[in-house]
Amino acid sequence: MKIMLNGEAEETGAETLAQVLIAFGFGGAKVATALNGNFVAAINREAAELQEGDRLEILAPMQGG
Amino acid sequence: MRHFYGTTLANPLMLGTAKYPSPAILADAFKRSGASVATVSLRRESGIDLAGQDFWQMVRQLGVHILPNTAGCHTVKEAVTTAHMAREMFDTPWIKLEVIGEEDTLQPDVFGLVEAARILSKEGFQVFPYTTEDLIVADRLLNAGCEVLMPWGAPIGSGLGLNNTFGLRTLRAHFPDTPLVVDAGIGLPSHACAAMELGYDAVLLNTAVAKAGDPAAMAQAFANAISAGKAAAQANPIEKRDMAVPSTPVIGKAFLS
Repeated sequence: MKIMLNGEAEETGAETLAQVLIAFGFGGAKVATALNGNFVAAINREAAELQEGDRLEILAPMQGG
Repeated sequence: MRHFYGTTLANPLMLGTAKYPSPAILADAFKRSGASVATVSLRRESGIDLAGQDFWQMVRQLGVHILPNTAGCHTVKEAVTTAHMAREMFDTPWIKLEVIGEEDTLQPDVFGLVEAARILSKEGFQVFPYTTEDLIVADRLLNAGCEVLMPWGAPIGSGLGLNNTFGLRTLRAHFPDTPLVVDAGIGLPSHACAAMELGYDAVLLNTAVAKAGDPAAMAQAFANAISAGKAAAQANPIEKRDMAVPSTPVIGKAFLS
């Protein structure tokens, strides 16, 4: 299915948020996630099923003021 | 002594982590500044280089309190969602709450700010709201659950200093028990010193150090200025007067004319 991952169109066979993280190289990385604008806690990623056209945000610590 | 949600800062400086020439210079600047708090943000991560992971390791090694921000958020929903993500990421209830209302000045949307602060405070966040020096907004933020206020000195990154000293002094006078932090707009150590002389509890800055020609040396200059300003405030400065008052005693002056 097609999803938007950090603003980029991607094709994936992953069915859950947890699977997407592994598929796109985030396995083990310290990230925070949001699906369609809503925060998804790490403990809920396995249960977060993806739908066609979902918008996924994967964020990490970054410089800030 | 006023504290920040139960935390006393060894040094009343909160320093940003953005815009430094290199991670090594950032670390050196933090060391020289003696800052007790580092502000950080959340941004999109790449699954290819995972740049955020290295940054996080470096910041953790600074050994300071972490204050995540909601920089760049323009709506209550954006800010609240970002705060949720930050709490999980950084494992802290602290959040520097920014709800930006206007692009050119990066002036806070104080209406959205109060709404977001109320939501987050109810959820157990310890909110550090980036606000203006407006007294009524300050009162609303305190009613919303904030126990710290962070009025701007001037627009973010402008280096203009304290644009409204009167307003900042008035805020200090109206809320004598509330920890106050001048956040944003500081360009020189003298600005930070002035904020501390007003009786503020800390200053938060980033660009003035990070974009200086020698960030580490500027960090040291800020540390000195903040220390001087804090000491001056504790020493109870004299009141200003419009008329001159001779320093030298008049009594005993010779009559020579």
